[in-house]
Amino acid sequence: MTDYRPPLRDIKFVLEHVVGLDDIAALPDFEHVDRDLSFTVLDEAGRFMADRIAPTNQVGDAEGAIHHDDGRVTLPKEIRSAYQEYVAAGWNAVKAPMEYGGHGFPTSVGIGVMEMLTTANMAFSLCPMLTASAILALQHHGTEEQKAIYLEKLISGEWTGTMDLTEPQAGSDVGALTTKAEPQDDGTYRITGTKIFITWGEHDVADNIIHLVLARTPGAPPGTKGISLFIVPKYLVNADGSIGERNDVNCVSIEHKIGIHASPTCVLSYGDNAGAVGYLVGAENQGMRAMFTMMNDARLHVGLEGLGVAERSYQQALEYAQERRQGRAIGAPKTESSPIIDHPDVRRMLMTMKANIEAMRALMYDNAAALDWAEHGVDDEQRQRGAARAALLTPLAKGWGTDLGVELTSIGIQIHGGMGYVEETGSAQIWRDSRIAPIYEGTNGIQAIDLVLRKLPMDGGKVVASYFDEIDALDGPLGAAGLDSIRERLAAGLAVLRKATDWIGSRDDVNDALAAATPYARMFGIVAGGYYMAKAALAAHSALGSANGDAGFYAAKVTTAQFYAEQILPQADGLLAASTAPSDSLFAIEPEALRG
Amino acid sequence: MRIAVCVKQIPDPATPYELDPDSHYVVRPNDQVLDDTDRYGVEVALQLAEATEGSVTLVSMSPSGNLQGIRQALAMGADKAVIVDDESLRGSDSLTTAKVLAGAIQREGFDLVIAGTESTDGYTGVVPQQVAELLDVPSLSFAKKVELAEDGAVRIERQTAAGYDVVQSAVPVLVTVTSGVVEPRYPTFKGIMQAKSKPVDTLGCGDVGVSPTTTQTIQAVEPVPAREAGEIVEDDGEGYAKIVAMLEQVKVI
Repeated sequence: MTDYRPPLRDIKFVLEHVVGLDDIAALPDFEHVDRDLSFTVLDEAGRFMADRIAPTNQVGDAEGAIHHDDGRVTLPKEIRSAYQEYVAAGWNAVKAPMEYGGHGFPTSVGIGVMEMLTTANMAFSLCPMLTASAILALQHHGTEEQKAIYLEKLISGEWTGTMDLTEPQAGSDVGALTTKAEPQDDGTYRITGTKIFITWGEHDVADNIIHLVLARTPGAPPGTKGISLFIVPKYLVNADGSIGERNDVNCVSIEHKIGIHASPTCVLSYGDNAGAVGYLVGAENQGMRAMFTMMNDARLHVGLEGLGVAERSYQQALEYAQERRQGRAIGAPKTESSPIIDHPDVRRMLMTMKANIEAMRALMYDNAAALDWAEHGVDDEQRQRGAARAALLTPLAKGWGTDLGVELTSIGIQIHGGMGYVEETGSAQIWRDSRIAPIYEGTNGIQAIDLVLRKLPMDGGKVVASYFDEIDALDGPLGAAGLDSIRERLAAGLAVLRKATDWIGSRDDVNDALAAATPYARMFGIVAGGYYMAKAALAAHSALGSANGDAGFYAAKVTTAQFYAEQILPQADGLLAASTAPSDSLFAIEPEALRG
Repeated sequence: MRIAVCVKQIPDPATPYELDPDSHYVVRPNDQVLDDTDRYGVEVALQLAEATEGSVTLVSMSPSGNLQGIRQALAMGADKAVIVDDESLRGSDSLTTAKVLAGAIQREGFDLVIAGTESTDGYTGVVPQQVAELLDVPSLSFAKKVELAEDGAVRIERQTAAGYDVVQSAVPVLVTVTSGVVEPRYPTFKGIMQAKSKPVDTLGCGDVGVSPTTTQTIQAVEPVPAREAGEIVEDDGEGYAKIVAMLEQVKVI
């Protein structure tokens, strides 16, 4: 595997020109933040991730997490020491609140750090990601006492967090879970049951693990309305904050997976002996509320995994394409074979990777910025607008982003030819790792349904309409800048997207909307990507006039946006028919007849 | 112990840069980075300062830009920085550079000066010794290890072709360190935040008592010649002798 080069210029470009970091840094909550400081943070994070985390990626895959008979799970020593360095340097605390020892930086800066961590080692990044979810849950729903006990250590990363939702019969349908929580006289609960697919549910990289567990109290209503959230620490915590007795939660086994081998995926059993001690978070039966608090953040992070794997795969494929010589490109001297990057098809594959990567990075960072506005805007209007935008973009970041992750890493293998299919080049690992992202944290099918049934109707359709208006508003500037191919293709893409949106909104049969959801979500992602690429092209175009040593960089931004407009945006047209077809054909054949 | 560390901000080697068509100087971007080889010197200085409750001052001559490169070294833990940024120093030769650095170091006061062996963009490799001469202190060069001797002197292991020499000098003294002398620390988030408010003095030539006398100009810049085809040695049973002869000729054995 080649070295990881943090794409700092691309990240800074997006923050500066697409996301509007300066406006966010100007918010009163971010008085301690400015652009230069944020960029310095990103530079140092990038160096750290490239030097200390990225080298653990291959060993993490080859050795993986190991489950022992006594229930312990151990990680390769390289991962253990990298985690300790990561915590010591403070990288776990970038966007956490300052009152609990966090650095209080915007999510839009935090996402840059998280992107680089994820790209350096996706399996590793899942541990801080789950910890971040636990932090959010406690921050918004925990008691002052719970915050005092757990937040500081979770924020620093000395302890890690998990989210324990899934049970064998309760996956996408979380309401079907049966783990029990019996109230005790001392106010605590005893948890009994089994959870599966618990990411980083047991490990040896940190001193304690704080499990956040969904369970039912006696007599709770069925379905999602009867779910409560509990803190179940691996080790109970003494009054003075020190680590006490081992709790009755044990790792029964870990899964053997396609990828992310350094991320232990655990089966956890609660209450095999005395019963696992649990502490209620919020009120009984309010567990789903806490879940929703975390969902936007966690789904964006999983989307980021699509970006991260694609970026790593692209860097590797680009280097290979420059070194590998095969055949003779048109016009090349007769005596020598050409680097494969000179062949049009290889160039197309590389450009497809680069353009999609830039498009999804911009969308995801915009999503992060929306979360900043939602939480730190100065008035209700700003906060609501931010929350609505984040809600709209999240299923796209997760669904479109992780589908692209799988597709682009597959292209990365293709560029390597036969060597791509051989593990030692490392491109195979990236593709294997990518495959989980469309599945967990709400499958991409669920993301598409979320977009169509929950997000399009927000505020009577005004949220999505105003996003479309924003895209429309680029028409004039694109024309004035002479970026005609981008202007034309973006307008065409928006037109078909509007058409499909109207069709979905007009259907009475909800099955029609559900049937259209997946091709529609893809179409939305493609057009939204075109919007961000157009925005980037406009910024780069105006920067070209005053470029100081960076002319090549800005020119490439414009060209990449043109490629996206001409080669990728037109795919939206092709999705119109499928996005507006009634569900009849999906159900016309009886399940038995599907066997043929 | 008051320690001065010579550091340099350079254009990021990872990003392509342009040459000014008239002067042939590198067009300096606003964002510059700390020369990677300087991280070793900063780390040695920090360790010695921690051991002696001393202080670390960074000394630099370069266009300030947004001071990003300097802040990187401050984020590692240095206490303050002095940067001489003067338009008239553009394209300075090594002697002028040494005079400026020596002037700034003298102005700050020092017991120990630490520098890398050479910069990653200029590669002259003579500035530290010129600085030592101008400061009238001994120069201990190519340190692969630096430690304090019992009597407050500085002792180094000087890398040589055959191994190393142990060399020692009382302070004040100048030491140049090789890459690999220590493992440079990564700045912590806290360090980065603190660096923002650490003092950075920006000085001009007059402040350090130097009037630039640079007379060198860059006449032309030519592209690197294309790599020539390698020489193939056919093994007729005596091939090894030819290879040995070739290796001797290029002085690698």
